[in-house]
Amino acid sequence: MQIKTLEDMQTAKKLGLAQLYPDKPKILVGMATCGLAAGAQKVFDLFQRKAQHEHWDGVVEKTGCIGFCYKEPLVDFILPDKPRLTYEQVTPDVAEELWSEISAGKIPEKHFLARLDIDDPILDGGPRKLYKGKLKGFLAKAPRYEDLDFFKLQRHLAMRNCGFVDPDNILHYIARGGYFALYKALTEMAPEEVIEAVTVAGLRGRGGGGFPTGVKWASCRKAQGWPKYVLCNADEGDPGAYMDRSLIEGDPHAILEGMLIGAYAIGSSEGYVYVRAEYPLAVKTLQRSILAAREAGLLGENIFGTGFSFDIKLNLGGGAFVCGESTALMASIEGKPGEPRAKYVHTVDKGLWNRPSNLNNVETWANVPLIIAKGADWYRDIGTEGSKGTKIFSLVGQVKNVGLVEVPMGISIKDMVNLIGGGVPETKEFKAIQIGGPSGGCIPRELWDLPIDFDSLWDAGAIMGSGGMIVMDDSTCMVDVAKFFLDFLIDESCGKCIPCRLGLKRMREILEEFSTGKGTVADLDELQSLAEAVKDGSLCALGGSAPNPVLSTLRYFREEYEAHVLRRKCPAAVCKELITYSINQELCNGCTACVQECPQGAITGEKKKPHQLNAALCIKCGACHEVCKFKAVEVF
Amino acid sequence: MSVTFKSLETILDQYPPNPEHLISALQDVQAKFSYIPKEAMTAVCDHLGVPVSRGWAVATFYKAFSLEPKGEHEISVCLGTACHVRGARNVYEKFRRDLAIPGEEGTTKDLKFTLRQVRCLGCCSMAPVAQIDEEVHGGLSQRKAGTLLKQFRKR
Repeated sequence: MQIKTLEDMQTAKKLGLAQLYPDKPKILVGMATCGLAAGAQKVFDLFQRKAQHEHWDGVVEKTGCIGFCYKEPLVDFILPDKPRLTYEQVTPDVAEELWSEISAGKIPEKHFLARLDIDDPILDGGPRKLYKGKLKGFLAKAPRYEDLDFFKLQRHLAMRNCGFVDPDNILHYIARGGYFALYKALTEMAPEEVIEAVTVAGLRGRGGGGFPTGVKWASCRKAQGWPKYVLCNADEGDPGAYMDRSLIEGDPHAILEGMLIGAYAIGSSEGYVYVRAEYPLAVKTLQRSILAAREAGLLGENIFGTGFSFDIKLNLGGGAFVCGESTALMASIEGKPGEPRAKYVHTVDKGLWNRPSNLNNVETWANVPLIIAKGADWYRDIGTEGSKGTKIFSLVGQVKNVGLVEVPMGISIKDMVNLIGGGVPETKEFKAIQIGGPSGGCIPRELWDLPIDFDSLWDAGAIMGSGGMIVMDDSTCMVDVAKFFLDFLIDESCGKCIPCRLGLKRMREILEEFSTGKGTVADLDELQSLAEAVKDGSLCALGGSAPNPVLSTLRYFREEYEAHVLRRKCPAAVCKELITYSINQELCNGCTACVQECPQGAITGEKKKPHQLNAALCIKCGACHEVCKFKAVEVF
Repeated sequence: MSVTFKSLETILDQYPPNPEHLISALQDVQAKFSYIPKEAMTAVCDHLGVPVSRGWAVATFYKAFSLEPKGEHEISVCLGTACHVRGARNVYEKFRRDLAIPGEEGTTKDLKFTLRQVRCLGCCSMAPVAQIDEEVHGGLSQRKAGTLLKQFRKR
């Protein structure tokens, strides 16, 4: 349908609401990439097939990811006048069981994760209780979302619709208050007022830099030149971060609406989304949502009959990390190699095709409709003094509850790891948390009371970055981590300026000496001074922040470096040249699992007798360690 | 697939002769032939009005482009941070050993598999992961990697 007036919006909202909360049962399957990797497609197909075969009077629908990635595939049942019920780890077999109960009108108790009593779409009029009266039996005792440690401290603002709407259905988005902020901006606010609201709200860029969004918009509005471009950075190259992918796959219209509001404020009529080609589902979702918005008249000419026109093109990245940098990204859209340029002239003045251009990240755009709909003061109340609002983090690595976490700024690292993350698995010890990707740093246990916000992290030698948080335990070697990031950055350095191109290589060589037991104390000092030189001398932010992983590990884990240099030992037993594998003769019961797995034939022995490992043949691949169930393979 | 005038024409027809479409057109070529054949590069650059040298600059800059034909199955092992701390390197080495790839990355002699590294598939919660063709496989160990290879050899 074409949407031109407020009445059209209300009609669309009514239609959408009837689909979101139908008066018949609905099955919702989480089908973002993480769900699909866990097998959600099979589960979805199964429910659909069953529903068709048995002429079930209900709806089977897909949705995005609510963030609980380690519990995937997730399935929800939305039943009339009942809380929303979420089930975890629903494999096809489990789905079969669930189906037999739900289609018979029963409420399954196995694989239950949590119930949701109140749905708060944030943008739209306030929370909505999903049932009347009191709950009885199993449901009354079933845990609520807010009872789960993983959810207790979370507040889903940018992720408000993820796991609730079908990303391909624009009516669902409108039903939850979507595009009403755009209507408000276009009909009630002057462009300057929009910029003022974003500035007062204190929104800072979520892509890494943390630059105040309102200030950027204001400069771009003032800049001379036509046309002006509004760009969305969806080139999420940061390894260990996937919130942008999840937002696009779960709620693409939030990003489009943010861009539309930004375009109105800046005075632009053309926009681009630069998205990674490595995210095929995100690309398709964006394509479909742009088409849907165009069909509805929410992208294109004369939106809401106000005379404001704006359209968005999609541009696929070529797989280069440096293209997340603004000038490189713009070069790439122009069809050139993605090499950054020095920013004596800012991109808000001369960016894409030398025209004024405003670039913001996916998550930043998704926050914009909130500020317009709820007001700057509402937004300001969330977060800390210098960092307003919430931030999505991908909590991954050696932690029990891995997933996407959206929390108000200012929560401590300890709460993040121990409460939300459920601590590190098994008998391991928390060692460090790596924040901010290849440009970020490792923060040790001693500092885990540190609040997570832009400024505290900066002072501690890390950065917020795009919000990747990799938890490391005592099986992670810090020298190896530093080496890992340097490998990444050497690969991704565009090669334009010398400090980054050669400095990183030389730093990598020094680290190689350490991890092979050839380093000296003098090398440690050289590494430090070289890192500082690269930091100061590089042309763009990639090079300028590239030494961070080395500098932060040197700052907090110097002892570990010294162990490699002075004692020729790798305390975490990772650096292959410094470790040896052996078989503990008392623990080995002779099961021959390692004998079969060893690619070198280095392990010999008979059944039920302790095996022998020939160190001369061993290539330290760790295959034996992985298969041994009795902890008999030891690494020192 | 051989590089025919016809198959290139369908790609070129979608783009107005403007240099800004260079990357998109090359991505289509890559998708169609699994690499960038020389003839295709010349045709794309002629059509868009770009020097061929610039075409090669772009093709060698971005990881998405390959200058050599790829194998029937493409295995992309994620070596992102989350996968790295969960032992992805050892899994990668297992693939490399079993496929007998001499360099860091490459294609098997029988053109059955191409092994390559990627930095983050965005499935960090299932680390370590690898993508084989369109499917993402999570929670890998060396043993699981071996089993997967056996399955794909039979396909």
